[in-house]
Amino acid sequence: MDYGLDRKSTSLKTFNTIFIIVWLLIACFPFIWTFWGSFKVRADFFSRSDWWYAISAFNTLIETGGKFTTDAYTQAWTEGEFWKASKNTIIVTVFVVSISLFLGTLGAYALSRSTERYAFWILIAALIFRAMPHITLVSGYLFPFFQLQIWGILPTTIVVLVAINQPFTLWLLYSFFKTVPKELDESALIDGCSYFQAFRHIIMPVMWPGVITAGLFSLMLAYNDFTVTALLLNQENHTMVPKIQSYLGTNQHEGNLMWAVSAVVSATAPLFMLVMFFQRQVISGLTAGAVKG
Amino acid sequence: MGINSPLTQNLMPNKTFFWFFLPTGLAMILFIGLPIISTGIQSFYAQHDQVVKEVKKCDPFGCTVSIVVDNEETTKLREAKPLGKFNGFGTYIDRNHLAIDEIKKFWNETENLGAFVDQVTNLPFYKALIFTLTYCLFVTPNVLLLGFIIALSLNAVARKIRGPLIFGTILPMIVTPLVGSLVLFWMIDSQGIIGANIQNLMNDPYLSLKSSKTLTWITIIIYGIWHHSPFAFVVFYAALQTVPQEPVEAAIIDGASRFQRIKHIVLPHIYPVVTFVALISLMDNFRVFEPIIGFSAEGSAQSLSWLIYDNLVNEEVILFGSAAATSMMTIVGIAILLAPVLIRTWKEFKTAR
Repeated sequence: MDYGLDRKSTSLKTFNTIFIIVWLLIACFPFIWTFWGSFKVRADFFSRSDWWYAISAFNTLIETGGKFTTDAYTQAWTEGEFWKASKNTIIVTVFVVSISLFLGTLGAYALSRSTERYAFWILIAALIFRAMPHITLVSGYLFPFFQLQIWGILPTTIVVLVAINQPFTLWLLYSFFKTVPKELDESALIDGCSYFQAFRHIIMPVMWPGVITAGLFSLMLAYNDFTVTALLLNQENHTMVPKIQSYLGTNQHEGNLMWAVSAVVSATAPLFMLVMFFQRQVISGLTAGAVKG
Repeated sequence: MGINSPLTQNLMPNKTFFWFFLPTGLAMILFIGLPIISTGIQSFYAQHDQVVKEVKKCDPFGCTVSIVVDNEETTKLREAKPLGKFNGFGTYIDRNHLAIDEIKKFWNETENLGAFVDQVTNLPFYKALIFTLTYCLFVTPNVLLLGFIIALSLNAVARKIRGPLIFGTILPMIVTPLVGSLVLFWMIDSQGIIGANIQNLMNDPYLSLKSSKTLTWITIIIYGIWHHSPFAFVVFYAALQTVPQEPVEAAIIDGASRFQRIKHIVLPHIYPVVTFVALISLMDNFRVFEPIIGFSAEGSAQSLSWLIYDNLVNEEVILFGSAAATSMMTIVGIAILLAPVLIRTWKEFKTAR
């Protein structure tokens, strides 16, 4: 804490700097290493003889003639049909984010403006729902979805992800709506607006920061989900994360590890760029509600 | 007043509330509430046994009666009653879940407590429960501690360079657990950069993650701390920005050490946030599942969520009943975990009224 009065000793400063560097190395190096390795062949990145091959590119040079190769990417995207997986991810993400925000803003606005006791209980129920492990819900879905024959298709997964996402979105947007003064919509109501008009024309325009934060979290949930997408989608409709898992192989059939490596990089890169761009919103979202206690 | 004005009461009319809340409420009831009920119902059923029939085969040397599976009848039965046969609490107490009979047997047969505990912890459900609890127990406090230290540490560097440092810090949190664990696994595996170097260092070419249960557990726990600490960091960092300056300055003038200042001023101020982070991270850790797949650690580490997943991806017949029973017990576990918080909230709510 850098307060005017607070003088830090040199040793403390040095220690602090070293600590941060070490931590950042731990946090970031695995990603840098995977990115680096994705341009090598398998015999180098997963070398049985010498890990240094991953840096010297011994086998990559022999197999491809260059120190770097994009073979893993081209193969995973074409042969491995990663393009299809990313298409599915985009569809799922776009729909989940827009539907989540639409439902979430309406519900959270109502919760933030109601002083009835049921509003409190709804928030508690949402907290309990938030705690449910997704896999327990999936075990509830599978059987009815098979019976109704809506298993395996994208719309089902989208609806499920929206629902799973609602508790968190509600809490997040609720704490944002609480910060918007009630006088704002009250004056609109006096002017003869309906609640919906006040919501639409007065509240929403000042809510953009909150909506962006909530949107980012819905996006991360939909984009990152494994449990729901792996079990509720058929092979054809798999999104990126279950697709990566399918490249890993099982005891029965050998996978293609380098495809998995390049797919991991392909899936992570857009997410990192997005977060870099919206870093402030992500952080304000994580702390919303928390800081106020 | 004749007009039912929301302004005088300062609250939203029930009807308006209903319409605003209907879409999200419906989504949650249909896809979170009902599935829990569906899981509950499924847990009382078990998949059908195969229908067998006696086939009499006669040849010149005499007749033999053999028992074969009647596939046609089995399919018919499965189609007629897709939920399976009613099993009551049978699934809950079978060997793969609470294993009541097995525990009784172990109790009577084993000589000392150690052997008994050994036997019990080898049963699938208890094995998974113990891993899940161990994971929660080790990851949650360490996440709080590491997150807090990083927050203090970053809070002390110049404001200008904080942005990129924060970005680097939150990377482990924003990737999905499967990808995060894979990225680490590829380094720690015996053919990866860290694994190979540890082998060289220890001079043991057979040392690998898969060779030891303890090592696997430690790796997954380290992964958990790596993945969740950024979340604690972000919340603590934001909370640190709100610590009032005056008491801190007063404490400095009074000659309080840095440690004393943190203990007596900063920590009490951010205490509510600490409970919040602890709660969220406990909830998330209890559902640990993806890292087990990422580290291919199924052999030595199984969590409750993994057991359910394993039942659901079963090759022959999906074990709905078994998965549902484990799910219900997981939900009970969550309820026990959340109970203190809910009771406290309820008390606060009652006194507030």
